[in-house]
Amino acid sequence: MPRLTIEDLQKIKEKHRATFTLREGGYRAKITVHMGTCGIAAGARDVMTALMDEIANAKVEDVIVATSGCAGLCAREPMATVEIINHPPVKYGDLKADKIREIFKEHIIGGNPVEKYALVVGSETTY
Amino acid sequence: MERFRANLMLCAGTGCVASGATKVRAALEKELKKRGLKEEITVVLTGCNGYCAQGPVMSVLPDEIFYQSLTVEEVPKLVEEHFLKGRPYEKLMFKEPEKKLAIPLMKDIPFFKHQVLRVLRNKGLIDPEKIEEYIARDGYQAAAKALTQMTSEEVIKVIKDSGLRGRGGAGFPTGLKWEFASKVQSKVKYMLCNGDEGDPGAFMDRSVMEADPHAVIEGMIIGAKAIEAHNGYIYVRAEYPLAVKRLQMAIEQCYDAGLLGKNILDSGFDFDLEIYQGAGAFVCGEETALMRSIEGKRGMPRPRPPFPAHKGLWDKPSVLNNVETLAQIPLIILNGSGWYRSLGTEKSSGTKVFALTGAVNNIGLIEVPMGTPLRTIIYDIGGGIKKGRKFKAVQMGGPSGGCIPESLLDLPVTYEDIVKTGAIMGSGGMVVMDDNNCMVSIAKFFLEFTADESCGKCVPCRVGTRILLDMLADITEGRGKEDDIETLQDLSRDIITSSLCGLGQTAPNPILTTIRYFMDEYESHISQKWCKAGVCRDLCTFFIDEELCKGCGACLRACPSKAIIGEKKKPHKIIQEVCVYCRTCYETCKFNSIKILPAGAHEPKHMLVETKT
Repeated sequence: MPRLTIEDLQKIKEKHRATFTLREGGYRAKITVHMGTCGIAAGARDVMTALMDEIANAKVEDVIVATSGCAGLCAREPMATVEIINHPPVKYGDLKADKIREIFKEHIIGGNPVEKYALVVGSETTY
Repeated sequence: MERFRANLMLCAGTGCVASGATKVRAALEKELKKRGLKEEITVVLTGCNGYCAQGPVMSVLPDEIFYQSLTVEEVPKLVEEHFLKGRPYEKLMFKEPEKKLAIPLMKDIPFFKHQVLRVLRNKGLIDPEKIEEYIARDGYQAAAKALTQMTSEEVIKVIKDSGLRGRGGAGFPTGLKWEFASKVQSKVKYMLCNGDEGDPGAFMDRSVMEADPHAVIEGMIIGAKAIEAHNGYIYVRAEYPLAVKRLQMAIEQCYDAGLLGKNILDSGFDFDLEIYQGAGAFVCGEETALMRSIEGKRGMPRPRPPFPAHKGLWDKPSVLNNVETLAQIPLIILNGSGWYRSLGTEKSSGTKVFALTGAVNNIGLIEVPMGTPLRTIIYDIGGGIKKGRKFKAVQMGGPSGGCIPESLLDLPVTYEDIVKTGAIMGSGGMVVMDDNNCMVSIAKFFLEFTADESCGKCVPCRVGTRILLDMLADITEGRGKEDDIETLQDLSRDIITSSLCGLGQTAPNPILTTIRYFMDEYESHISQKWCKAGVCRDLCTFFIDEELCKGCGACLRACPSKAIIGEKKKPHKIIQEVCVYCRTCYETCKFNSIKILPAGAHEPKHMLVETKT
């Protein structure tokens, strides 16, 4: 490590913000990918991989990803729930990699739910 | 650093490593790789989480799910259920001892819920071997502030105003200590850290050094600035290999990053720091002895004054602070003295770390605001006494401290209140005892320790502790005399007033407090030759109460010397000639039918009325 200056301390702190947002809480949005047997069979893994990829590319630091079990509507898997703090959660169904990428850009970054993929708004809250 | 969706904060403190954390880590990483989760989930090794009794422990963030008693065998299932399918794995979750209900969230577990983390702020949250993670949690911001924006006087004033007192045990105001040393003119001064934690049952400092070594180093840099010292040592006992390793690593990282050495953070301030490993002598925790030890001499105390602030290490002005004290310094500099005083009491501000151990359900490392009642610590955080037994005493302050009885359990934990009981705050060892403990034997245990560890320089301590120990041995072996209690008290007072250092001045405390609160036990040992707890083998006889015995055979099977006979469903009997007084039957019996009577008792029935259940 090169010699640090006081500014460097701040830079290191910024650089690791995402990690500590994750560990300490205080995130802005949470995306839950439903990964029950039905979800996995329907392709939830691809959805998850695409989502992680989007997050890494967008360099957002206040978004966390969680997994949960079957959401109960197995026919519409893969499903994901997007919760933005202080907004009602939105459940999406019949997802694919490209759809979650679109949702990420429109909803999580842009703040506008993607109606064409949305199943329901305002279901269970998990945060 | 890559992005992960979950961080598995696996405790790699000494306790958890001993219970298998290293193997669990390997298994976790293997399984995550196998399941294709390696890019999404990472395992982070942290310092001591505090909940050592249930190790290896791990918290899953951001989910805040807490897992305990991890085993290699359970890892595949855990990874599949929680990390692949998103279903927290109930089998490994914390269960409240009394209720057996799984409580998944860390913040809901009583052990964690009542704590306030300052010293342990980074426990389980950062990887102690990565300086970046410490910096990401505001690390070295306080050092930067102290070095570039504050004068020595300002630093000292903040620490004085905070009311911070030395956490090594004596509770001397830290700011005042710094002020004394800062006022002495000398080109060479030393900033020292005392990591020679030696009380039996205490492991606070070890955990801090293991979990957050940079916090200690940062505290030392700030202290060095305050007193204008440019050299420092961390004195750690060699029996703490993990602490030594992590501190060494942290010091090297600091030199690389320019946080130690010349011109720290371009402030123009120089500070060199190294580790000195002690050989583990208890007396070397005493400041003057510790300094002699660093000088390469035999670790023995010398009379004060002169105090180390004037003549310390190599006769240069020196300040010695305890690990826990130093770890709080950065927080005080960053947040101010008012913030620090927002917890605790007027004279005992802030928080205190305790090593809670003994007969409580939740053994571990805890941090609570000063002034928290003992009862909250033992019953809420500690989860009460193991196996629903009766609380008898809590030992505070290790061999220098004393035993506090149940009648004083509502006492707030502050320096002043604890001293009034005859015990001391000490470094934070808190050993809880149930009614299976004989208080005379407890006093004897601590005297064995201090008599062994006495350095021998002054007579009151060297000879006095030995005589005390011999008298206690006599009492526990049936040779106690009527006036022994008075002699013990007199001699104790003499040793306290005439010993050279803190070791001798406090060594009799365990005796004085047990006499003060458990006089009846001393009396029954001496006059009735009766150890009612059944600990002193020469002073008890075990009998089975025929009316209570159900003939279940549990004691018969448990007895190692086959001293118990009897048929199923009929009262059993102990053959006295064969009994070795091991207490196994007493602890095994579920019906309270084993009674402890004085040595040589023959007719149990008439005495049963007197025994306590």
